[in-house]
Amino acid sequence: MSITLSEAESRRVVAGHGVPVSPFVTGTSTDEVIAAANADSTVVYPVVAKLCGRAIAHKTERGLVKLRLADEAALRSACDDLFAAARPDDGDVEVLVSTMVDGNRELIAGLNDDPQFGLTIMLGVGGILAEAIRDVVFRLVPITEVDAGEMIDDLATQRLLEEFRGEPAVDRQALVEALVALAEVGEQEAGVRSIDLNPMILVDGKPVAVDALIEIDAAEASR
Amino acid sequence: MTNYDLSTLFDPKGIIITGVSNHPGKFGFVTLHNLLVSGYEGNIFPVGREPSEALGRPVLGSIDEVPDGAADMIFICTPQAINEDLLRAAAAKGVTAAFFAAAGYREAGPEGVEAEQRLVALADELGVAVAGPNGQGVVSTPSKMCAQIVAPYAPAGRIAIASQSGNFVSSFLNLSHHTGVGISRAVAAGNAAVLGIADYVEWFADDPETDVCLVYMESVDNGREMFDRLRAVAERKPVVVVKGGASDAGARAAASHTGALASDDAVFDGMCRQAGLIRARDVEEAFETAATIATQPLPKGDRVVVVTTVGGWGVAAVDAMAGSRLEATPLPDDLYAAIDEKLPPRWSKNNPIDMAGGETRDTVPEIMELAAAHPDVDAVLFLGLGIQSNTAAMMREGEFYPDHGLERIVNFHERQDARYAEAAAEISQRTGTPVLLATELANARPDNAGPAAAHAAGQMCHSSAGRAIRSLDLMARYSNWRRSRGL
Repeated sequence: MSITLSEAESRRVVAGHGVPVSPFVTGTSTDEVIAAANADSTVVYPVVAKLCGRAIAHKTERGLVKLRLADEAALRSACDDLFAAARPDDGDVEVLVSTMVDGNRELIAGLNDDPQFGLTIMLGVGGILAEAIRDVVFRLVPITEVDAGEMIDDLATQRLLEEFRGEPAVDRQALVEALVALAEVGEQEAGVRSIDLNPMILVDGKPVAVDALIEIDAAEASR
Repeated sequence: MTNYDLSTLFDPKGIIITGVSNHPGKFGFVTLHNLLVSGYEGNIFPVGREPSEALGRPVLGSIDEVPDGAADMIFICTPQAINEDLLRAAAAKGVTAAFFAAAGYREAGPEGVEAEQRLVALADELGVAVAGPNGQGVVSTPSKMCAQIVAPYAPAGRIAIASQSGNFVSSFLNLSHHTGVGISRAVAAGNAAVLGIADYVEWFADDPETDVCLVYMESVDNGREMFDRLRAVAERKPVVVVKGGASDAGARAAASHTGALASDDAVFDGMCRQAGLIRARDVEEAFETAATIATQPLPKGDRVVVVTTVGGWGVAAVDAMAGSRLEATPLPDDLYAAIDEKLPPRWSKNNPIDMAGGETRDTVPEIMELAAAHPDVDAVLFLGLGIQSNTAAMMREGEFYPDHGLERIVNFHERQDARYAEAAAEISQRTGTPVLLATELANARPDNAGPAAAHAAGQMCHSSAGRAIRSLDLMARYSNWRRSRGL
């Protein structure tokens, strides 16, 4: 059995290992969220607000993602709505607020516990089309920086990584470091079954995860 | 690392064969026949149910009659039920390796599974390295040994084969005959009850007779351990892998996007890239790549110069480089100038070097040499081998031969093509730059003097530019894998 950590929990874990995620704060009430957002200068408007909880699987389908909130008033109103939308069976919930980052290119990265080879790391061309495009490469965890660089080289869609529609080429070193950090999560955190960073948006060529989900063994989750 | 020493499996000083009768359809007989025909020079002790004679050799009625210490390997073709006793008797005589061609083990249901478990325990108890069961045999050219229940044997060379499918051992050996590029060892893992692919490949890594390992696999039982072990081998010797069952049955149920994208093939491919395993798409490509590695230096980089006698083949070669890591490098100025001196003005003035029929007696070897010796060229591909001899063949076979000066020109053409093949081999060895050959004549007319000379020299001649480029690309990848890791 496994359980999936909330996006807020997942972000805290991966960010703790140096995986780049879009700037975010969390809170368990509207006032707490507003205070946290005001206190963190990296969280800048427009922001996105999401209701997070381990039992909440389909945030978008339930309208629990509020996009393009332009100012504090809009954020406050969104937080009120989100907390009001929580159901008793959602369990503990919190609202996550993060800066909306800009970029036309989306990658996907993740970990998966493979039945034959154990924990693997993946890099792919991502976003909602990832499973249709299937341009993905895997390695076994742990990886070195050389392995991470070869993962980037092995993607079929190399043009996406070059200069693209006025955006700079991908910052290879930043992407290498993000992959090595992601692999480190799998090595150092107990019971990781899978991680999705989808999408990782290329912002000025640097990868920034704007969503994160970690699936771990239930036994580890209850510790 | 296995605790078993495989030396006596591949280089035994004497072999006991069980299940030998004078019936030429039986596996024991065939194995005896193949060992004798391959020229095995050690002791051979055929053993049957009762004393008799086969192929002019006495067949012993019991392993007890084998002199102590005269055999160190046993080849078992007898029914499963009696094999444990035979292995004990053989071990008492000094046998330390066994090939179990016998079936009736894991592949044969619950009783067979138990028999296989007992076999594993017995191997451990006796300290005998057990290959198989349910395998077709073992070949070792340094010992002139074809211990197989099927054909063929193969020419001697530097490729060592371990296969989870016996049929593909035969396929590889047939390709060895076809290309002239020989093998050192070949073993069918069978059920791999005791010894598996990694055990064989680790032994090949230490084997002075082997330069490249060639592996066919279908199942991966202990993926992480296999990865670690094969990677350690790849750091020392190239390992070419072809995997059967590579196409995934379909998306699996997974909670995560990453899991949904993790097809067996994608994960296996990533494992190979990380471990430095040279993964080929099919059996032919696997053999051809191993054969090229066995007979050529590795390219030091990705820059290829194509030398051709006509335009179209060069175009095909460059097309084949699309999607590979190879590039048809622009000709460096000094190389351009040196080539320009050798060719009439109509040559292509570019890479591919299309000589446009402007070559005279020594031009082809000279241009191959110039390109291969240049520090900014990592590999050379020569297209057009055999074209003169192809013309010569029609002359030789026509009604006007040998008159009208035909004999002289036929001999000249054939000498030229043989020279080109020999020059390619010699230049690659001397310069350290691979010089590959490709012509469909290698398949269509293997008697053509060009491919025939390559074959006689044990040098790989590909059957198309695309196939040569594919082998070269896989070599360049491996070379890059090594360089990136300071190896």
